[in-house]
Amino acid sequence: MVDVIAEEQKLDLDTYDGPILEIENLSISFFTRLREIPAVMDFSCTVMPGEAMGLVGESGCGKSTVALGVMQDLGKNGRIVGGTIKYRGRDLTHMTSEELRHIRGKEIAMIYQEPMASLNPAMRIGRQLMEVPMIHEGIGANEARKRALEVVTDVRLPDPARILDAFPHQLSGGQQQRIVIAMALMSKPSLLILDEPTTALDVTVEAAVVDLVKDLGKKYGTSMLFISHNLGLVLETCNRLCVMYSGEAVETGSIKSVFDMMQHPYTQALFRSIPLPGADKNAAPLVAIPGNFPLPHERPQGCNFGPRCEYFEAGRCDAGDIPMFDVPQDDRHETRCLRFSEIDWNKPREKSVTTEKTEVGKVVLKMEDLKKYYEVSSGMFGGGNTKVVKANETLSFEAREGETLAIVGESGCGKSTFAKVLMGLETATSGQILLYNQDIQDTPIEHRSTDTVSSVQMVFQNPFDTLNPSMTVGRQIIRALEIFGEGNSDQERRDRMLELLDLVKLPREFGDRMPRQLSGGQKQRVGIARAFAGGAKIVVADEPVSALDVSVQAAVTDLLMEIQRQNQTTLLFISHDLSIVRYLADRVMVMYLGHVVEIGSTDDVFAPPYHPYTEALLSAVPIADTRVKKKRIVLEGDIPSAMNPPPGCPFQTRCRWKSEVPGGLCEKEVPPMVDLSTGHQIKCHLSADVLDQMEPVIEIVGE
Amino acid sequence: MLMFILRRILTMLLTAFCLTFIVFYLTNLPPNLEKLAKTEASARMTDAEVESWIERNGYGQPLIVRYGEWLGVAPGWTNVEANGTLRGRCVDRAEDRENAARFCGLLQGDWGTSTVFRNPVSEIIATRLGLTGILMFWVMVLMVPSALLIGVMAGMREGSRLDRSLSTFSIATTATPEYVSGVFFIVFLASNAGVQIFKGTATSAMDNITFENFFLPVLTIALYGIGYIARMTRASMTEVMTAQYIRTARLKGVSFRNVVLKHALRNALIAPFTVIMLQFPWLLNGVVIVETLFNYKGFGWTLVQAASNNDIELLLACSVVAVFVVLVTQLISDIGYVFLNPRIRIA
Ligand SMILES: Nc1ncnc2c1ncn2[C@@H]1O[C@H](COP(=O)(O)OP(=O)(O)O)[C@@H](O)[C@H]1O
Ligand code: SF4
Ligand code: SF4
Ligand SMILES: [Mg+2]
Repeated sequence: MVDVIAEEQKLDLDTYDGPILEIENLSISFFTRLREIPAVMDFSCTVMPGEAMGLVGESGCGKSTVALGVMQDLGKNGRIVGGTIKYRGRDLTHMTSEELRHIRGKEIAMIYQEPMASLNPAMRIGRQLMEVPMIHEGIGANEARKRALEVVTDVRLPDPARILDAFPHQLSGGQQQRIVIAMALMSKPSLLILDEPTTALDVTVEAAVVDLVKDLGKKYGTSMLFISHNLGLVLETCNRLCVMYSGEAVETGSIKSVFDMMQHPYTQALFRSIPLPGADKNAAPLVAIPGNFPLPHERPQGCNFGPRCEYFEAGRCDAGDIPMFDVPQDDRHETRCLRFSEIDWNKPREKSVTTEKTEVGKVVLKMEDLKKYYEVSSGMFGGGNTKVVKANETLSFEAREGETLAIVGESGCGKSTFAKVLMGLETATSGQILLYNQDIQDTPIEHRSTDTVSSVQMVFQNPFDTLNPSMTVGRQIIRALEIFGEGNSDQERRDRMLELLDLVKLPREFGDRMPRQLSGGQKQRVGIARAFAGGAKIVVADEPVSALDVSVQAAVTDLLMEIQRQNQTTLLFISHDLSIVRYLADRVMVMYLGHVVEIGSTDDVFAPPYHPYTEALLSAVPIADTRVKKKRIVLEGDIPSAMNPPPGCPFQTRCRWKSEVPGGLCEKEVPPMVDLSTGHQIKCHLSADVLDQMEPVIEIVGE
Repeated sequence: MLMFILRRILTMLLTAFCLTFIVFYLTNLPPNLEKLAKTEASARMTDAEVESWIERNGYGQPLIVRYGEWLGVAPGWTNVEANGTLRGRCVDRAEDRENAARFCGLLQGDWGTSTVFRNPVSEIIATRLGLTGILMFWVMVLMVPSALLIGVMAGMREGSRLDRSLSTFSIATTATPEYVSGVFFIVFLASNAGVQIFKGTATSAMDNITFENFFLPVLTIALYGIGYIARMTRASMTEVMTAQYIRTARLKGVSFRNVVLKHALRNALIAPFTVIMLQFPWLLNGVVIVETLFNYKGFGWTLVQAASNNDIELLLACSVVAVFVVLVTQLISDIGYVFLNPRIRIA
């Protein structure tokens, strides 16, 4: 792919043929009242014409700061304190604002994370698009509109003319992001900076957007700086990448060299902490990176990664600043590690503790034909007619003791509603929930017995919102113990609290700390401690790690698994991240628009025959492994609104297999649950023959 | 939307109803009626005479009945005098006394007669409101553009020197009540004590508006509103200027001027628009003070006269009009908000 792009680029030779972007020894600081925060230090990278450069690293490592530095838009308190940024040989750091204005939007365009926030809510899409060439090329409104129509068609949006007349809020998130991309391409820039462009989107939408960006990059010959925390995504989009850690570039090189012949301990640790195919919670568990990410003003002497590095050598690694070293015999591959040539990179990782697979026990939770409908009223001033949102449709499944059941699906498919009904935060519209053979579907949480409440607990996605900011961590856990009626005296509860801290592997001193003194991962541990305070039998974890950084995710999932093993807890793991689901779940339930479309053991669900939706979902997940070959299935369009679901099969508007079902049945009837093998069911009209022909989506080459 | 407007109108009617009833009750307290009798008939009446006057003029009936008469839902009182002439609420005001209507109240369009000005209330209200309308028009002309300009200028570069000076100015003006700034202006700009550029009275402006006789009252009222609206605009502008879409516009290469004018302005004006409309009731407040201070005989001045003279029907009419003005501005503000904000409009 690298070559293809390079070839094409050579065809439209420009007079300038040096690098498009050349950043040298860039240092950027933010100046706050307290101190100077060195956000980026000694950062260098080069982007050649037609090249896509990936910038990866955990949040706070300075990726966005680099991007904004290139755009020269660091805000009031940000300043470039050293180094140069050259665009086609011209130094951006010394340009007047007028010169910069001509470069922004015309030569360099930027796309960032929140598509809704990036579009002006009070301006029609068309005007926002037309503005770009009207400013830079001085063309008239009519011509600009024609161009806008062209580009909107290019980003594969249906009915471009209507879209140009729409306001941003009338579009879905995926459509908005396409518009933002279209806006960036309006003046055919030579460099496109994308800062986490798909983080706010669902996987299937993300896959389509990434596909689009790649195609357009080729079509327009645009170079790209692609910022992401997702290694898989970078693998799919870029030719080269640069790994950042705590304000510095630690390794840079081509995708192939960095992925397969990494030369920096941090890169290695990063790869070991993400669930790749082949990782298994029992046989080959993930290895979390120990310790925490240093804040910019708390960086250690010498190597920033030193305190967390397993190859750390006192006296050398912490002696002084470490420069970038060229890796010999590899093209433009550099690493910021003193010991890179001494480390045996091929040594298999130390066998981390493997564990026995836990035995699953008796059924503890059973749902039968659970339905949850919401009534919503439309129209702005009240009144209007009420509509029914079918958040959950005939949900049936069982969960056993000690089992991990993953519930996957895209946003709005009803995962969280289901959790709320189970927790008693909402009551079911119809159907049954049996907890140890006790009906609880109609009992809201305030009427549930303490026993029931303490035995079903929840861990939330955002650890920041669920802790009371004005109460010490210990106090909050003790409160939970009091509510669950645990312990007979304050002393007993205090002891139990300390035990819980041990359980979630937090130092006991943390009991006296305030939540704001904790990092995200530590807060999530407190959330877990609280959930297990009453000896929970069933824990619903709603995206428990998706707000955390990759290196921390592994540690937190590990912890959940370990506690589960000790307590024989049933874990309902809600997630949209199929890689992690594959890693830790025993069984998987796939939901789409309130329906369970597939349920079965993890092995069954991840291998053909799939439900067509599962197939698309699997294909959409980016995998950070160069050996993986994936079949590209791009879903057209967006998820239909739950308020207005399509007739027949919920997935029929986007299904590529629909034509295989005779008689247009998919559009008429909701398919029944079909048993494929023991415990593996899908909700699809496809005949057994067709299902048998399905090919695997993911293949590992060379195995 | 229709439901919403309907609800608003209903609230308005209900408020007007309650308010007028309270005013009615207060103006009809026995001492007030006694005073009325004495001014209307003779100042040197005995208590018994007062009693009989009150009785003969229909003021003796229960409060509710008379309130009903005023509203026009109860038939006006009638009475045959000792000398045989027929008198009555409706008879007295009818041209043709023989065939006077049975009901004559607000609902019939009869607002009554002012006991102070000796003129039909409707006429008084119409002319006075007209005069105040002119005053308000100029207040708006001065206040809205300058307030928005100040707010936008202050908010487009938060923390700049321009921002700090304009913000100080805004706070100072809102903190100064009209009776202070009005007196201040008169003393320093319109009297021998200071420079005599303007006139300290606006009475002549009622027939012939000039810059000289009208600027000070307009300025006094506007100044108070300017500070308030400017601060709202500034807050909203600074928020908008940090929004991501403003960054998007900047990174598209839009010049600062156009970022402000094309991208920030409309979004920044959504909040102040509501405030401007809600300022109306407050401005009425200022109108009362300023009109009295500058002796400009508009609605506020009339209100003061009516209140101090216990002019029952005029005062009632003033209350109705005031409630009406307040609620109509609120309605306009809500509808305008919807129009400025496409997110709500098409939802
Ligand atoms: N405006 C700012 N003021 C102060 N510190 C900032 C500002 N913007 C970013 N930082 C700091 O700079 C560091 C790098 O941030 P950022 O570039 O956003 O990281 P990333 O994009 O990799 O998540 C962080 O420690 C962050 O707290
Ligand atoms: S320099 Fe030392 S501490 Fe830093 S990454 Fe290399 S081995 Fe580890
Ligand atoms: S029932 Fe039809 S539309 Fe639905 S998933 Fe199966 S093949 Fe696709
Ligand atoms: Mg960022």
